[in-house]
Amino acid sequence: MAKLRQIAFYGKGGIGKSTTSQNTLASLAEMGQKILIVGCDPKADSTRLILHAKAQDTILSLAADAGSVEDLELEDVMKVGYRDIRCVESGGPEPGVGCAGRGVITSINFLEEEGAYDGMDYVSYDVLGDVVCGGFAMPIRENKAQEIYIVMSGEMMAMYAANNISKGVLKYANSGGVRLGGLVCNERQTDKEYELAEALAGMLGTKLIHFIPRDNIVQHAELRRMTVLEYAPESKQAEEYRTLARKIHANEGNGTIPTPITMDQLEDLLMAHGIMEAIDESQVGKTAAELAA
Amino acid sequence: MSLTVEETKARNKELIEEVLKAYPEKTAKRRAKHLNTHEEGKSDCNVKSNIKSVPGVMTIRGCAYAGSKGVVWGPIKDMIHISHGPVGCGQYSWAARRNYYIGTTGIDTFVTMQFTSDFQEKDIVFGGDKKLEKIMDEIQVLFPLNKGITVQSECPIGLIGDDIEAVSKKKTKEYNGHTIVPVRCEGFRGVSQSLGHHIANDAVRDWVFDKMDPDKNKFESTPYDVAIIGDYNIGGDAWSSRILLEEMGLRVIAQWSGDGSIAELENTPKAKLNVLHCYRSMNYISRHMEEKYGVPWVEYNFFGPSKIAASLREIASHFDDKIKEGAERVIAKYKALTDAVIAKYRPRLEGKTVMLFVGGLRPRHVIGAYEDLGMNVVGTGYEFGHNDDYQRTTHYVKDGTLIYDDVTGFEFEKFVEKIQPDLVGSGIKEKYVFQKMGVPFRQMHSWDYSGPYHGYDGFGIFARDMDMAINSPVWSLSKAPWKKAA
Repeated sequence: MAKLRQIAFYGKGGIGKSTTSQNTLASLAEMGQKILIVGCDPKADSTRLILHAKAQDTILSLAADAGSVEDLELEDVMKVGYRDIRCVESGGPEPGVGCAGRGVITSINFLEEEGAYDGMDYVSYDVLGDVVCGGFAMPIRENKAQEIYIVMSGEMMAMYAANNISKGVLKYANSGGVRLGGLVCNERQTDKEYELAEALAGMLGTKLIHFIPRDNIVQHAELRRMTVLEYAPESKQAEEYRTLARKIHANEGNGTIPTPITMDQLEDLLMAHGIMEAIDESQVGKTAAELAA
Repeated sequence: MSLTVEETKARNKELIEEVLKAYPEKTAKRRAKHLNTHEEGKSDCNVKSNIKSVPGVMTIRGCAYAGSKGVVWGPIKDMIHISHGPVGCGQYSWAARRNYYIGTTGIDTFVTMQFTSDFQEKDIVFGGDKKLEKIMDEIQVLFPLNKGITVQSECPIGLIGDDIEAVSKKKTKEYNGHTIVPVRCEGFRGVSQSLGHHIANDAVRDWVFDKMDPDKNKFESTPYDVAIIGDYNIGGDAWSSRILLEEMGLRVIAQWSGDGSIAELENTPKAKLNVLHCYRSMNYISRHMEEKYGVPWVEYNFFGPSKIAASLREIASHFDDKIKEGAERVIAKYKALTDAVIAKYRPRLEGKTVMLFVGGLRPRHVIGAYEDLGMNVVGTGYEFGHNDDYQRTTHYVKDGTLIYDDVTGFEFEKFVEKIQPDLVGSGIKEKYVFQKMGVPFRQMHSWDYSGPYHGYDGFGIFARDMDMAINSPVWSLSKAPWKKAA
């Protein structure tokens, strides 16, 4: 049996983490890999395209109904979808109450104790937005994901989030051995997007593992709650995801310890690519009306 | 062997330097500000206070939850106090403070019962508001004679952002205006239990006083109404205080909070004078009542006949001649009793030395009682006193007294080892350390299952207990088995 590889997808909210990860993991399944997806987002939509269904029963909602997580069996929470990909969703509280971060910790501990990872080739964690607290850093911590893939785009805030996530990886890199696998750029068609993503990857001490061009077929597949791999396996976009999957598969052990940059360095990067003009300090904090006057 | 004041000061200086030497440089620098010798004529004791304890030392302090649930709110007897959060905070502080009260426990009074929401993992993840609502519903069914509910927040409540205020408001409405008080006393807030007292006081202001319907309260006041503030009725302290005030002609309309009730809290703004014993834990609400309701307040001290007499006169000075005469009458009435106590115990205790380390009041308040018995307090300090407590302390301590704020376990042991007092007065955590050192000890938080110590009645018990500790034959009988009999 091959050694279990644990990977995680992080990135700014709305960047397309779940879509990218599910398509990539579907490609890996196509390659014959046995996959477990662990959704670590209270919205519980990390496995929707694989299962053709949203909001399956989550670990935490079932635990709440049953009394505690100790009352659950693995079969209760594990669902099998496209190409036998196993899926579990951590779930969590409704927005604004409780502690979703603690929920992630509870869920991952449960899965490990119940032997959910036995016989798998890949476990993939899909984590929400930013590493806002210790709970959402759980997959990064000791003996969890070995490689982190950050989904980003050429937008400034996506790059900012990528840098923040690198900080989280760095924090646990020496204690736990987690590494940054690379950046995955999900094209938004912003100016000089590829160059920026390459440059940022360089500054963070990692590589741009793949640049996924924008293609509407992804949306068409999503409307049918499917991955592109399943909806249109012959499409050009499906081939892009296969390429990413092959790169990730070949990337074992090639992760790096990231070198996060400062906000100033990030702004310099944008200026160097002509995305942002040099900051005129006299204009900082001025409204459009004030500047026109 | 008795030292002069100058010799004492030199010895203290040396002693402080010695304990500081054991610390890393940064810690020594920080702790140095909390240790000093009192100099006659100074306005405070030359120590910093109410500052975060140094990590790694054994501090004697508690937390904000302890200050609110354990001290201020817990003794209100006809309310149910929910320890909101995981089970430990409520369980391990259960009925630990000996707040005596009258009532039928479980029927109309609840002080020695433990109510907790017993948080589980799912309550952390999904929030505990629904569980809190359910607990309140159950309380209303199981304990229909409760006069109110408080929610005492443990740490996780503040971390996961539960909206206990919304739950309290909703349930108050549902139960026709039933008093429900959310208290944000999460243990991680502040540097000691002191912030918990303040938060608890503010909760009385915001959720009891500000929610009262003045038309509903039919309480009729008299010109001689006073409220006892900051007496927690440890071993019956408030009762032995109350009778003196009543005998001098005053009417005690409330006890805050030992043996107290929610109705008493609500009536207190109608008092003519608030008499304040524990300044540290209840000065906040006393100041508020002065500002908002015009009720003046006066501090008093009912430990030992000297301070009792002075306090009775001070309280009486806020009233007419009838009360002033009453005060003199009370002092005269108990003179024979206190003289007999002093005659019996002073010869056995004369010249004995005491080192204290207590919470926020007694490090100064009990000094007079010891002095009435001929004893000397040679060292004292507060767990959670502020600078205004150290200012007040200067009126009690002698020149050259060793002062140690938020003393560490190590410092306290070293000080006692070197000074060799005849008695140490502190808490349960300190007790056995010193008894094993062969030093007599009395618990000055709980009165060692004894009390009351307040008032004239309390003085006799106080004197007996101190004599019992110091002059017990046990100290001469204890021999270390590895030491050969001489």
